[in-house]
Amino acid sequence: MGYIITALSVVCILGGLFFFTTATIGLLRFPDFFTRLHATGKGDTLAVFLCLVGFAIHEGLSLTALKILFIAVFMFLAQPTATHAISRAGIRHGLKPWVKGEERQ
Amino acid sequence: MIASSDDIIIKTIARIFVPFIQLYALYVIMHGHYSPGGGFQGGVILGASMALLLITHGYDEVKRRLPEGVVMLLGSVGVLIYAGIGLTCLLLGGNYLDYSQLSVILHVDPAHARSLGILGVELGVGFTVMAIMYSIFFDISTGGILPGDEKRNEELENNG
Repeated sequence: MGYIITALSVVCILGGLFFFTTATIGLLRFPDFFTRLHATGKGDTLAVFLCLVGFAIHEGLSLTALKILFIAVFMFLAQPTATHAISRAGIRHGLKPWVKGEERQ
Repeated sequence: MIASSDDIIIKTIARIFVPFIQLYALYVIMHGHYSPGGGFQGGVILGASMALLLITHGYDEVKRRLPEGVVMLLGSVGVLIYAGIGLTCLLLGGNYLDYSQLSVILHVDPAHARSLGILGVELGVGFTVMAIMYSIFFDISTGGILPGDEKRNEELENNG
């Protein structure tokens, strides 16, 4: 039983680390503001959620696990909202979305 | 001056989050004397929740919920609680903020009196820090120019 719980938490945390890596590659490689925000906004949200769920599973049934799950729910709502607000600020500031053929910004 | 956001997603999420952020701030204050946290940290979180309300719902909404007079009153009451507890200990024959002296008026043993005394001081610190953090954010975000205060605004314009 202990093996299964540990394996499950390790799978979740490794999945989270994978999405962190892809989000970072997107941040470094994508051509403009909106595509970079697209990569980190989606990738980091899922990565943080998977990592925190992994920690909660590893902790077992306890108050600490409940607190970690509260943080996970908070991040899952707050991060997309923050991404949305930043992208709106970019549009209002007059940034034009990148189209194929243009140079990197 | 900050106007209300016209985006329903940002406004709704902020409206849902603000009570939970304030509940968490109270948790941080209440657990300050035996876990990480305390009056200052909890007060900053409370002030941040009001700042979130200010940047999402605008000046008028926040002014309706927390007028500036109440903010200054909260800041002063916090200092009064802190100094009052300290001076009570002094009057009961101990040092300033020597909480164990409070056992005489609280009718508990000195160890409990220390715990309760620290909790009271943390509450006072929390009130003051919340009021001052919010006040600083408010003054910076409005640039000192308040809607409704026409006389002061004219003075500011004339002085450049």
